[in-house]
Formats: sequence, C-alpha cells, structure tokens
Amino acid sequence: MSGSYLLKRLLWALPTLAGVAVVVFVLVRVVPGDPIAMMLPPGATAEDVGRLRALYGLDAPIAQQFAAWAGQVLRGDFGVSISLRDRVAALILGRLPATLELVLAAVAAACVLATVLAVAAVRFRGRWPELVVDSAAGLTLAIPDFLWGLLFILVLGVLLPWFPISGRIDPTLDFDPATGFHLVEALLRLRWDAVASLVWHMVLPALALALPLAAALTRVLKGSLVDAMNQDYAVLARTKGYSRTRTLWRVALRNALIPTVTLTGVQFSFLVGGTVLVEHIFSYPGIGNLAIAAVIQRDLPLIQGLILTFALLFILTNLAVDLAYGALNPRVKQA
Amino acid sequence: MKRLAREPRVVFGAVVLLALVVAAAAAPWLAPHDPLEQDLLNAFQAPAWKGGDPTHLLGTDSLGRDILSRLVYGARPALVVAFVAALCAGLLGTALGLAAGYFGGRADAAISRLVDVWMSFPSVLLCIVLAAVLGAGLHTVIIAIIVIDWTRFCRVVRAETLVQKGQDYVASALAIGLAPARIVAAEILPNVAPLLLTLFTLEMGIAIVVEAILSFVGLSVASGAPTWGGLIQEGRLYVNQAWWLMALPMACIIIAVLGLNALGDGLRSVLDPVRTR
Repeated sequence: MSGSYLLKRLLWALPTLAGVAVVVFVLVRVVPGDPIAMMLPPGATAEDVGRLRALYGLDAPIAQQFAAWAGQVLRGDFGVSISLRDRVAALILGRLPATLELVLAAVAAACVLATVLAVAAVRFRGRWPELVVDSAAGLTLAIPDFLWGLLFILVLGVLLPWFPISGRIDPTLDFDPATGFHLVEALLRLRWDAVASLVWHMVLPALALALPLAAALTRVLKGSLVDAMNQDYAVLARTKGYSRTRTLWRVALRNALIPTVTLTGVQFSFLVGGTVLVEHIFSYPGIGNLAIAAVIQRDLPLIQGLILTFALLFILTNLAVDLAYGALNPRVKQA
Repeated sequence: MKRLAREPRVVFGAVVLLALVVAAAAAPWLAPHDPLEQDLLNAFQAPAWKGGDPTHLLGTDSLGRDILSRLVYGARPALVVAFVAALCAGLLGTALGLAAGYFGGRADAAISRLVDVWMSFPSVLLCIVLAAVLGAGLHTVIIAIIVIDWTRFCRVVRAETLVQKGQDYVASALAIGLAPARIVAAEILPNVAPLLLTLFTLEMGIAIVVEAILSFVGLSVASGAPTWGGLIQEGRLYVNQAWWLMALPMACIIIAVLGLNALGDGLRSVLDPVRTR
C-alpha cells in the first residue's frame, strides 16, 4: 500500500463531501414549511418570528447564509438544534458512539456467521448442511430487512421473552459512563454487569442488522470458496495430504476473501443506512433514531449535521474497504 | 397464457395481487366496521381465535377500533403507492435506459455515469433529505420511491436494448429508413416489454415495503388513516400486552411482498425461459 495511493483516495473524498454539503444546504433551504413558525406558540407576533429568524441566521441572503454555515461547519460548529435546543455537534457526538458500537457488532456477527455457514456448506457440499444454508440465505433475503427486526421483537422479545426489545442498557443499573462508548468503557473498567446488560440489549438490533448482510455474504463467499477449491493450489494442497476441512480453512478461504471484502464494503454502507430504521424499531439511542426525530420535527440544523455525518461515515467506510482490498490483493497495489 | 397458468409462482402471486386489489377497491363493503370508529370500552379485544368477540374477528386496538377493518383499508395506500410509484419509476427508468442503450456514445456515457453516482448514494440519506424537504405524506413516499428506484429500470433496460439493437429486425428497420424514435418505440420497446412487466411486479413489492417503512416512522399519510406500517407502529407500543396488533399487519406485508416477488420471478421464468435456464 503506497502512501500516494492513500493520499489520492483521501483527496477524492473531499469533493464528494463538499458536494453533499452544498446539496444538503440548498435542499433544506427550499423546505416549504416554516420551522421557525412551528417553534413559537400560536399567539406569536411577526416581530417575534423576525427576532428568532435573526437568531438562527435565517434572515440573511442565501449565499451569505451558505458562506457562514460552511465556515462554521469547517470549525466543527453545526449550529443549534431547533427542536432539542442544544448544540448539534454535541448531540451527534453524544449519540454517534452508540451507533458505531452497534454497527461494528453487527458487522462482526455477520462476518463470523457468514464464514462459518459458507465453509460448512462447501465442506458438506451436496448434503443437508448445504441445503439448509442455501434455503436460510434465500429466506433471509426474501423477507425485507425491515421486517426482520420486528419479527425478532415478536418472537425473541415477546413470545419468548429472552431479550430486551428497547434501549441500550438496563436503566436501573448503577453505571455512569464518562464516554459514549459504553461497551468499550464497561469492558475497560471490568464492569461485567454493565457489559452483560449492554450486550444483552444489543443482541436483537445487531442481529436484525447483521442478518441480511450475513445472507448476502454467505452466498458470495460460498461461490468463491467453491471456485477456489477447484483451483490448482487447492488440488495441490489436497494431494500433499491436507484434509478437505484444512484445505478449506487454510488455503481456499484466504483466496475467496477478496470478492467477499468488496461486497462487505458495499453492504457496509447499506448497514450504516439500516441503523436508522433498526435504531427506531428498538428505541436504541444512536444517530439513526436521532435522524428520524429530526426529520419529523423538521429540525433543519440537526438534519444538516446528521446528513453530513452519515456522508462522512459512508466515505470513510468505502475508503477503508478500498484499503483492505488493496492489502488483500497484491495486484491492486500497483494500480 | 397456458404456460402462465401452469407456473405455480405466477398463480400464487396473481391470487395475492387480486386479493390486494379487491381489498383496496371494495374496502367499504368488505370491512365489517368503520376503520376510524372508536369504542374505548372495547379496547384491546382479543381476536376471535383467542376467544374474543366474533363481531371483531381480529380484535380491536388501543382505541377500540376494529383491526380487520383497519387492515382491509390499509391495502389502499399500499396498493396506490405500489402502483403509482412503480409505474413512474418504470417510465422514467425505461425512457432513459432506452435512450442510453439505443443511442450509445455520449448519451449512454452520461446516463450510465448518472446511474452509477445515483446508486452509490445511500437511499436512506436520499429518503431523509426528501422527507425533510417535502414533509410527511403519501406524495413523499411516492416521490422517494421514484427518485431512488428509477435506476433499477434504467440499468436493466439499457442492457436489454443493447442486446436488441444488435438483432436483425433493427437492422432491417434501419434499412427501410424508419426514424430512430419509431424504431425504439415500435420495434425495440415491445421486445423489452416482458422484462419490464417482471421488473414492474418486483418494484411493486419493494414499494409496498418502503411505504410500510415510511408510515412506520411517521412520514407517510397523517395518523388516523390506517396504513400497514402505521398499524405496526401502534402495535409496537403495545407489543407486550397484545402482540397480534403488530403481527397481523406484518403478516399482510410479508404475504403481499412474497406474492409479488413470486409473481415477478414466475413471469420471468415463463416469459424469458432461455435466460432463466
């Protein structure tokens, strides 16, 4: 991985982000409803509206508004949320760690699940494990992701009340984290009761996010494992006395990972988007849930901040995937 | 036609679609109660199969409204969105796809590039932006689906047009001096039509889910009027007391989507047997 490649990829991300910023700014200004009018009680005078408008900087010409806004954004200042009356940057930073923990847990779960299932299906090719894996993947993809979260609530939260169905941690627990990364912090402080509660609350939302990803990954990984097992290097390993299982894990898997990583990257972007809905379904306090509340309240500054945050997350993910791809596949390094 | 009737997926899908259409069209006659009529004394009645009152076959919700009636009326927004959004997305995508595939060159480069950029933009973000700009309502749901999903049609139609363009019948049409617009509309389009029918059916399934999602988070029609997503949202609040409030609308959505998907897949295998094999 050369430094110039990394730099080039980073520079590519900048115009994308700037483009998103312009689009977001313009689109949100053409909103028909007046958020200021909605903030004030019905008896407010025109003078009150004007004063509030000036307070949020909504009375200046649009180009001036953009310049002021862009300048502030670059300094990390996204303004003040209209509905929550708090700084947007603080609100987002307060919620972002919860989303990141959830997404990473979901990706980890999906990768482990997909690897085990795909390897099992190829190891027992043509027998019942393959059939089970294929049908499970098909069924998972046939039912829309949105319904999986609700099905989990229904089956594993209510009919069999094994897991909690809302929130991030048991509120009666005496755990006062200093950062937003509750799980990481609980682990570092060896607070096992908090770790258990956090993980327990995370199981269903993470699984709801992970399931569609796991199904897609299983399919791709299985296909490339089958291909890899027919390649000369796998046949060579078998003739040298490696067992089928060992050849799969040691030889074929490494080579089959390349197309899978690419897909994970693509899917990972969808996963970040998927958090919006999953967090809403499970009342999980992350930025996705915040985004829905912001849209319903038509909280312009908060929406702008959140969209930029999401865009940044998408760009960073794609960057990370490109880099991982380059590290795995030596042929890309020179390109 | 005979082959269609013998394909089980087509039959299952057609039955589901027909049931949807009948429910939506005949809702006032089919529904046993007014879906908005409240009866607070009879809230949270269990469905008849759990020993509830048989006049409320599927029970009542937190305000005593009849669940069965609300589910039947919920088919209306679902079907309207599915049909209108899939149609408009299909028209837009097909027009651009035909143009890109037939004319090639710069038009193709521009349209294909646009599709790539469009598809790399996460649909959730587009949805948030659109909902923020347009506000809640059925029109927002329809516009969001069109804006996000026209690319599906565009890509497939472009590829298919490229294939058709190489066929002899296009060469003969050119030879007898037909105008490009006429060749595209009268010669190529009919050959792409079976594919479009498949895509349209699948898109209807997607649109039903998107409508459910947006009404679930409160961005579809104003509350009160029943939508399947809205019913799920209400059911989610009382899921510990009455799980069926959430389960019943979910079942409606799952059946509708599986039916439309089966119809789309079945149509594809009957209308395009070579490619499926």
